[in-house]
Amino acid sequence: MNKTVVTVVGKDRVGIIAKICTYMAENQINILDISQTIVSGYFNMMMITESDYTVKDVSTMAQELEKIGNEIGVRVNIQNAEIFEKMHRI
Amino acid sequence: MINMNEVFETNQMIQEMNLDVRTITMGISLLDCTGSTVQEVGDKIYDKITTKAKDLVKTGEDIEREFGVPIVNKRISVTPIALVGGGVCKTEDDFVELAKVLDQAAKKVGVNFIGGYSALVSKGMTKADELLIRSLPKALATTEIVCSSVNVGSTKTGINMDAIKLIGEKIVETANATKEKDSFGNAKFVVFCNAPDDNPFMAGAFHGVTEEDVVIHVGVSGPGVVKKAIEKARGKDFEVLCETIKKTAFKITRVGQLVAKEAAKRLGVPFGIIDLSLAPTPAIGDSVGEILEEIGLEYTGAPGTTAALAMLNDQVKKGGVMASSYVGGLSGAFIPVSEDQRMIDAVAAGALTIEKLEAMTCVCSVGLDMIAIPGDTKATTISGMIADEMALGMINQKTTAVRIIPVIGKGVGEIAEFGGLLGYAPIMPVNQFSCDAFINRGGRIPAPIHSFKN
Repeated sequence: MNKTVVTVVGKDRVGIIAKICTYMAENQINILDISQTIVSGYFNMMMITESDYTVKDVSTMAQELEKIGNEIGVRVNIQNAEIFEKMHRI
Repeated sequence: MINMNEVFETNQMIQEMNLDVRTITMGISLLDCTGSTVQEVGDKIYDKITTKAKDLVKTGEDIEREFGVPIVNKRISVTPIALVGGGVCKTEDDFVELAKVLDQAAKKVGVNFIGGYSALVSKGMTKADELLIRSLPKALATTEIVCSSVNVGSTKTGINMDAIKLIGEKIVETANATKEKDSFGNAKFVVFCNAPDDNPFMAGAFHGVTEEDVVIHVGVSGPGVVKKAIEKARGKDFEVLCETIKKTAFKITRVGQLVAKEAAKRLGVPFGIIDLSLAPTPAIGDSVGEILEEIGLEYTGAPGTTAALAMLNDQVKKGGVMASSYVGGLSGAFIPVSEDQRMIDAVAAGALTIEKLEAMTCVCSVGLDMIAIPGDTKATTISGMIADEMALGMINQKTTAVRIIPVIGKGVGEIAEFGGLLGYAPIMPVNQFSCDAFINRGGRIPAPIHSFKN
């Protein structure tokens, strides 16, 4: 199983989490943790997910999530969690 | 557990501060590409490169998407061609044929550059080395993405002044051969002292004979990240400043280490080294000059510049070595004038001169890099500038390099345009006094006393 981190940044509106979570469910991806804040009208969310990525690989999902993000006016990134672990932990 | 602040910090570095992996460079040994004709050796070189590197670009792109970190260049370095072609190349044109093979193979696999059209002549030149150097004007003019380097000196062997004299002449010829493109040919050619075997950065990358058959090296960069980090240390003392740079260098290098390991695993090739250089690009906010200004200088070149650069370079290394066990290549701050907007501005303002740049190269990772000089500069003057820079490397036991571009038809104050990552450069004045008699002596400068350590 591989962990990924999904981040969403953009102007707040109805249904951002719903849209992203629906996509995760459709692709058999389990959500381990969600944290979210609103800073002066801007929506910031981080989601830790886990999957063996048999349905789609991470780079395909990155492209599809970018498209979903564009539809609802937010920036969505999905990244292998290792980059954060390696950068901030000794 | 992953923390939200750390995630946003990482992504801010990538999205707003130009953090990137500058290059994944695959080193390929061509020592087994032997044959009895130039054609046969050329075919074997083409086959080996296109086989070993066939997945390099795709793998780089996959990693880029999966980790969300840009990988700007995918490159190849090969065994110095003077060694590979020595047996079959009997004329300059034979070597040019091999340069064309490298160009075709690199384009076939889709990499940005291929390095290794090189010769190692720090003590003396073989016939093949000399032919390769003589072939440079034609080779650099007729190929597009082939990079060349010649190592003309080392702390252990001294400096080969015959080679430096010849190279001065060839730089002028190359400038003439590529004059319709602002003498661009010389942007792909670098002269070294103490050249490293495992450098992933162009134009000086080659695959040293001490290396494995195929290996992956990674060059990381991120002057923008360092600049942003030290903005928070404004007005603080050097301890705080150094600590900030070290921590940032650590984080940047860890990303490189991750990408290198991942690329090596996916390509089934051993991981070589991480080169943790601060390599600027012409983009705003991706500049070493800006870091020096943030440290407290009005312009790069102001008094204090050498000390600031020495401190910066040392802290980058200290942070980096903690992040990876295999740090190599050039590792330090690069100061290529044409590739750094604030350096260009410093030259235009009259703050930065070639002489100050020479002093700066004593304490940073490379040397006189991407400097445009008037097209009518004499070959011996260019050789003299190279000799000075090589002497700094030899005596200080460090790598130094010269990538200098006499721009035919242009004079001081005019602008040379190279395009892309190579940027543009204002043409800088060169000391007009002659060194003809010095260069024309010929022979070799002996190794310095501190090289005798046995």
